[in-house]
Amino acid sequence: MRKISYVQAINEALHQVIERDKQIFIIGQGVTSPWYVGTTTVGLIDRFGQERIIDTPVSENTVTGAAIGAALAEMRPIVVHPRMDFMYYALDQIANHAATWHYMFGGQLSVPLTIWGIINRGGEQAAQHSQALQAIFTHIPGLKVVMPSNPYDAKGLLVASIKDDNPVVYIDDRWLYEYVGDVPEEIYTVPIGKGVIRRKGKDVTVVAISYMVNEAIKASEVLEKEGLNVEVLDLRSLKPLDENLLLDSVKKTGRLIIADGGWKTCGIGAEISAKIAESNIFKELKAPIIRVSLLDVPAPASSVLEKAYYRKAEDIVSAVRKNLEV
Amino acid sequence: MKRTDINIPSEVLRRVYETMLRVRKIEERVAELVSKKEIKCPVHLYIGQEAVATGVCANLQRDDYVFSTHRSHGHYIAKGGNIKSLMAELYGKETGCSRGRGGSMHLASPEVGLPGSSAIVAGTIPLAVGAALAFSIQKRNAVSVVFFGDGAVNEGTFYESLNFASLKKLPVIFICENNLYSTHMPISDCLANTDIYKKADIFNMPGIRIDGNGVVEIYKAAKEAVDNARKGGGPILIECMTYRWRGHVGPNDDIDKGLRSQEELDCWMNRCPIKRLEKNLLKDGILSESERIQVYKEIEKEVEDALLFAKESPYPDPNEDKFYNGVFKS
Ligand SMILES: Cc1ncc(C[n+]2csc(CCOP(=O)(O)OP(=O)(O)O)c2C)c(N)n1
Ligand SMILES: [Mg+2]
Repeated sequence: MRKISYVQAINEALHQVIERDKQIFIIGQGVTSPWYVGTTTVGLIDRFGQERIIDTPVSENTVTGAAIGAALAEMRPIVVHPRMDFMYYALDQIANHAATWHYMFGGQLSVPLTIWGIINRGGEQAAQHSQALQAIFTHIPGLKVVMPSNPYDAKGLLVASIKDDNPVVYIDDRWLYEYVGDVPEEIYTVPIGKGVIRRKGKDVTVVAISYMVNEAIKASEVLEKEGLNVEVLDLRSLKPLDENLLLDSVKKTGRLIIADGGWKTCGIGAEISAKIAESNIFKELKAPIIRVSLLDVPAPASSVLEKAYYRKAEDIVSAVRKNLEV
Repeated sequence: MKRTDINIPSEVLRRVYETMLRVRKIEERVAELVSKKEIKCPVHLYIGQEAVATGVCANLQRDDYVFSTHRSHGHYIAKGGNIKSLMAELYGKETGCSRGRGGSMHLASPEVGLPGSSAIVAGTIPLAVGAALAFSIQKRNAVSVVFFGDGAVNEGTFYESLNFASLKKLPVIFICENNLYSTHMPISDCLANTDIYKKADIFNMPGIRIDGNGVVEIYKAAKEAVDNARKGGGPILIECMTYRWRGHVGPNDDIDKGLRSQEELDCWMNRCPIKRLEKNLLKDGILSESERIQVYKEIEKEVEDALLFAKESPYPDPNEDKFYNGVFKS
């Protein structure tokens, strides 16, 4: 199959869906800029013009609200936030409006909206330019949340998010943009709510999301040389969460490590741990669950601190060894 | 508000000149260091806008507050922040003003009345209102100043802040540095009405537009505003028309990216705020040519000393306990 990068996969998905469906438009900061959203939106403005490729002033709350309003008027907007940190300004519109609208009016209305938030961190950008807020959105009823870890899913989940009749928070990570992988040229979807086993194993389950999936695969390669057989489960969707896949894998291995790029407290790892704790599989665990996640600390600037702050493959390797007591 | 003509003492003019030059020299050096990748954090340079921070802060006392943005070096220096600590912060060192945790976009120096800079556009505007609220509760005679860009005027909190400050007649000076761009976008692509100063009118407070490259004009306008706010006269919005010579972030000019033209940049460089004051000081005999050379030398040495300090300083300790220690005040 043809290989392209993660960022090209997003760009291709946008070109294809916007061309095919007149209801779709994209709105947000930097969609016409040469650097703001990486190269995810390259070529869109030349092809589709300002009516459907709308670069905006710095007004996150209103722009998001406007996208919700357009969704209520038979459009299927994609609202982009070039960094998740800036989405706090839009949180009211996302949580109080987009997320509630279907339920609060007894199912009369729905908000077919893709809320695209980009994680952009590292490079000494510090606390307000680094955040990975998947846990916050996953907490809110009425939002679906997806996080693709590779080019195939980047395209397929974006198309699925756009086709979904509900608000979907689509979260990508700039650290993944140059990853290359197989991507079909035609339009396809990856089902929301389905995880996937990236690597089969029997000794320990590593549940990973987004960027941490690749780190988990690297870790599993290191551990394989030591004779350890790691199963890597890529969750892909945080909500709905593929509980069956999770329980089956942990039942098989009896051991669980969760690798997430967000903060630890009340993070995705906490939710997954609780799911296991509430299930029958809990008593089959052979060792305590370990979460590999960020310290409960705002992102620091200095690169020496960043290096200690962000989690990488070696942290997963250590967690697996600790779990297996090897 | 009635504009009175204020006579600025020569020593103030000299001080203002030196401050602008200090900002410029540091920024030019920082630009080189960013190009060489010695400084790794994102840096938003203030070159071209020096008159605004300098002219405003020259009217402030140490316990007046200044709140800043992602483009914070000029505000920090003009408010009296230590330049060794600034340089060390840019290098991510423990001796930096934010102990290497914040970087260029997050300078603070509470001991000189700079309680922080936010890289969230418009993030500090309501903070300045709140500080002014505290000053009025405490019956302190202090004023609160917030610097922000034309881009920040697109955020709702800007309008809410003007309204609340005017409603409560708080001692806030809103300084909008209109440099005509918000990242890659010209102001005309952002604002339906680009007369920012006029937005004060709807909130029943004064708003004025001044030349942001004329430090004398800025000084005078700020003096009047500060004196008035101290006397309980309430807030004001001052829009300073200026231009950043470098691109949005980093040392380049964004002309290469096709975001603006060489002619536009040349035109603004001809209106250099520092050269303009320097010419007048020389003409009026406030500064002699030999003094000018001396000032340059002294400032260049200050900058090199600060750089040396930064380079020789230790990095923060990445040990995990040290991380947690910094999250809450103990
Ligand atoms: C809430 C938020 N949205 C977007 C950004 C990205 N951003 C950083 S600076 C900037 C433009 C600010 O323009 P302006 O206020 O005019 O300040 P200038 O950079 O011109 O000094 C933007 C949009 C941000 N930092 N915060
Ligand atoms: Mg601006």
